[in-house]
Amino acid sequence: MIGVAVKGLLGRKTRALLTGLAIILGVSMVSGTYVLTDTINKAFTGVLVSTYKNTSVVISGKEIVKGAASGNATVSAGLLDKVRAVPDVQAAAGGILNFGGSTDLVKLVGKNGATIGGKGGAPTFGFGLDPRYPQFNPMKLASGKWAAGPGQVVVEQGTASKHGLHVGSRVGVSADGPTRQYTITGIAKLGTVSTIGAATIAVFDIPTAQKLLHKPGQLDVISVVGRKGVSDKTLARELAPLVPSNAQVETGADQGHKEAKNITQGLSFIKYLLLSFAGIALFVGSFVIFNTIAITVAQRAREFATLRTLGASRRQVLRSVLVEAFAIGLAAAVIGLFLGLAIAKGLNAIFVALGADLPQTGTVFATRTVVVSLLAGVLVTVLAGIFPALQATRVPPIAAVREGAVLPRSRFSRWSTWIAVALVLLALALLADGLFLASGIAGVLLPLGVGTLLLFIGVALVSGRLVKPLAAVVGSPARRAGGTPGRLASENSTRNPGRTANTAAALMIGLALITFVATLGKGLKASDVSTLKDQVRSDYVMTAGNGFDPFPSEAGDAVAAAPGVVLAASARTEKARIFGSTVDVAGIGPAFARVYHFKWKKGPHEAPQANGALVTKSFADKNHLAVGDLFTARPPSGRRLTFGVQAVFDPGQMDPLFGGIMISRNAFDSGFPRPKNLFTFVNVRGGASDSTTAALKQALGGFPDVKLRTRDAWVANRAHGVDQLLQFLYVLLALSVIVSLFGMVNTLVLSVFERTRELGMLRAIGMTRRQVRRMIRHESVITALIGAGLGLPLGLFLAALVTQGLSSQGVGFHVPVLTLVIFAFVAIVAGVVAAVVPARRAARLNVLHALQYE
Amino acid sequence: MSQAIAVPAEGVAERAPSAVVAARELSRQYGEGDTAVLALRGVDLDVQREKLTAVMGPSGSGKSTLMHLLAGLDMPTAGDVWIDGTNITKLGDTELTKLRRKHIGFIFQFFNLLPMLTAEENVTLPLSIAGQKPDKAWLEELIGKVGLGDRRTHRPSELSGGQQQRVAIARALVSRPTVMFADEPTGNLDSTTSGEILELLRTMVESYGQTTVMVTHDPQAAAIAHRILFLSDGSVVRDMGPSDASDVIAAMDELSRR
Repeated sequence: MIGVAVKGLLGRKTRALLTGLAIILGVSMVSGTYVLTDTINKAFTGVLVSTYKNTSVVISGKEIVKGAASGNATVSAGLLDKVRAVPDVQAAAGGILNFGGSTDLVKLVGKNGATIGGKGGAPTFGFGLDPRYPQFNPMKLASGKWAAGPGQVVVEQGTASKHGLHVGSRVGVSADGPTRQYTITGIAKLGTVSTIGAATIAVFDIPTAQKLLHKPGQLDVISVVGRKGVSDKTLARELAPLVPSNAQVETGADQGHKEAKNITQGLSFIKYLLLSFAGIALFVGSFVIFNTIAITVAQRAREFATLRTLGASRRQVLRSVLVEAFAIGLAAAVIGLFLGLAIAKGLNAIFVALGADLPQTGTVFATRTVVVSLLAGVLVTVLAGIFPALQATRVPPIAAVREGAVLPRSRFSRWSTWIAVALVLLALALLADGLFLASGIAGVLLPLGVGTLLLFIGVALVSGRLVKPLAAVVGSPARRAGGTPGRLASENSTRNPGRTANTAAALMIGLALITFVATLGKGLKASDVSTLKDQVRSDYVMTAGNGFDPFPSEAGDAVAAAPGVVLAASARTEKARIFGSTVDVAGIGPAFARVYHFKWKKGPHEAPQANGALVTKSFADKNHLAVGDLFTARPPSGRRLTFGVQAVFDPGQMDPLFGGIMISRNAFDSGFPRPKNLFTFVNVRGGASDSTTAALKQALGGFPDVKLRTRDAWVANRAHGVDQLLQFLYVLLALSVIVSLFGMVNTLVLSVFERTRELGMLRAIGMTRRQVRRMIRHESVITALIGAGLGLPLGLFLAALVTQGLSSQGVGFHVPVLTLVIFAFVAIVAGVVAAVVPARRAARLNVLHALQYE
Repeated sequence: MSQAIAVPAEGVAERAPSAVVAARELSRQYGEGDTAVLALRGVDLDVQREKLTAVMGPSGSGKSTLMHLLAGLDMPTAGDVWIDGTNITKLGDTELTKLRRKHIGFIFQFFNLLPMLTAEENVTLPLSIAGQKPDKAWLEELIGKVGLGDRRTHRPSELSGGQQQRVAIARALVSRPTVMFADEPTGNLDSTTSGEILELLRTMVESYGQTTVMVTHDPQAAAIAHRILFLSDGSVVRDMGPSDASDVIAAMDELSRR
């Protein structure tokens, strides 16, 4: 029996492949995501582990505050001598070296004055290394020699070749101060990594790095190798007493894996994001599979009946359909698995296009990738095949001797509307719970995700009943303008409402999600603009190039001295540990309220005093703080600073510029290491004008990574981030739409096959090939428009619901009319495209053969 | 050589008829109320072992309904059917399936071969469904007898209608069923091929003593039968012994005049 199923499948290879396409795409996305993230992870892990390959023990500053702008704590350079004095130590070297990402940042500046690399949040590392100790050096010199002395730099090979830098040429270097020109003395490689993507590495000697990065007399790491016979663990134990409390001792192997794990965790967000879109594609694919198998089962009713008369049991019929689904799923999953390798390249291309290339070494194809991809493909296909398989078992043996056998209605069909209604209600309850009751990311996302899926299934189930009215509306142009073929197409689309509904439902899901994203995005953007305008009252805003990184505080001083500047109010930024969590800390001057609008809740409306702190309402609420209460903050250096709550203000929850607490700039600069600015707000005499802008830009000439914009331009730019996110999501959701497109092609091909005799009759009584093609095309477009007719309102509804849930954060409901019109148009195009192959097939039918077809 | 296989006394009614296939008071009504049609009106029937019984009658006479009920494809509104002593109207789907594997072979008007299987695979399909290995010698004999020796690896689409029906005949016989049902076996064939197929059917009944029930409206087909039953309006109206085609035509004429 199983042989029969497999042989049957091999006899319909094209159809099986078409069916499988729906799964292939989803699986390839799963596999591609894994391949991409694994490859990136391996690149990082390889670098980090090999960095400490020859190192017995690493002494490094602790990460007191996660993601701090000034990085981990440092250790005093004096510790190095003490370490060298330990008898079991064979050699030890210091380094300014932190792969954490947000620290030891040095920007390289090209001849045109623009910064090199660092796009999309990629780090721009600045290392201080001691070339006398190559065993500790993660970099390998490719040409030239190591930097020795001020004004000398070694550049990473990939960066150098991409930007035409070579030994002897000059390059701008900017860290905490204005850009200075350095001479490139050498080109070096990072381990075995061929490209580090958009990241850059500049290597200096240690004194130069210390000066550049404001770490005088400080080191990030001390690498130690022990004498022969001394184990790494023993050495670590011996060194531990020397190390201060804000530093740690690890064996080289542990340190490498720990740092790699940090980066891996950072990447897992991307991984899960991409996987969830793969999941959506598979979900849409399951509709397509379900529909295709259901149609083929219906068409093969007589075959199943014959098998029953020959003694096949219901179980055998069930198994044969499931085996078929399994085989399709497996084949599709295998193809998808390998297609994933190409997808990984494609995803990487998307990142590159967004300017955020990621480091790569050899492609990683892990066992886990194989297992998960195959499992996902097979499981989804088999699950989608269960219902049609059950239908096949209900074909009575007598159907073998009857012409035009039809499947009996299922036992559930009577209840299907009620089941659908129950599902929709359950979905709405889950959505409401997620939006209005639940808290925590998992608590919100889980009911939202499950609720949305159930809503889609429920609507898909009920959509069979909506096909007729919808087809009456969207089919009216075809009926009116399409002549007889148009009228027949409209009738054909409602001939088997369940089939049309399922086909349209697959498209509905993709369109609903895209509509949802577009509508929510428009609301977010609008409220972002208003909240930003509400907070900031200055003429100009200065930020780092990407708008989010800290920038040198000297840039703020430089602009303050420019002609026409009335006020340059900077906000320092750093993170600190307060009450066990990481909190944003800003340092502001006395005049800050002139450029930033505080919504005061409690306390005096004044700038922060000596040890006073202005705290946001959410911070105060979370930690139950009232005006006058004291609390302790630990900056990344590990010190303990005490502040008192001076006042409470509420920046809102939608894009607040300052999230945690604000202290006086003096307290900040004395308490936090290497202070940097997040914003400098500038007021000028007579308001913003082109000539003033030019003057300010000139004053900032030495700071290529600092971006000066008028307030309105800055607001528009920041809100534009939403658009970029939208584009990224559109690309990912397009995958689901493509999957549903295959579903439409499939259904049409099968319908054409089914109506062979009818098409032959139409041709025999005078329908031209062109008319046949038009008829199929109209039917396809009507199906697509039904999908749009279901998907767009559903997406709007979901967006309205979520907007309601976010209304307290000022997110409004804005219908992106133009975008929706474009989506409807996309649906029409999808319909036309899906009809190409089936229409050609239908038109090519030989009239005589078609009429005799049985 | 009798192909009838003794069946355990399972489900045997106390007064089970001794005939290999038997019907008592068999009625079948389609639809309800005003639109109800009584397709079969209390038919009693005993099929003779190792003989070919033809069921004839005009369209709508109930001959197809009778065969469907005898073969367990349909359930009667009233009455009983026994196959080899088992009352099949009392059986569930699973028992019916088992009964089909053991006792019933089918030949269809439209052949109903599986398009993706070769001729030989189609023949052995009932065995593979039942999880049995084909008896090599028997299979060779069958394939030789139906004249498919050089066609065994061909697919149905590569065979003529007559060849397809030969495959179907071999398939119906491969499990040596108690009874073979043939539903208009020549209904989809030209007259020359029909003659060949009828000859083959008759040969099979003669050589293997295969009990066969054939529904047909073709007098030529009925002429090969040992016994011909005429149905009209859902009742058996005439029961004839071996007759030639002209006798059958005469009987039909008489029927339509009544």
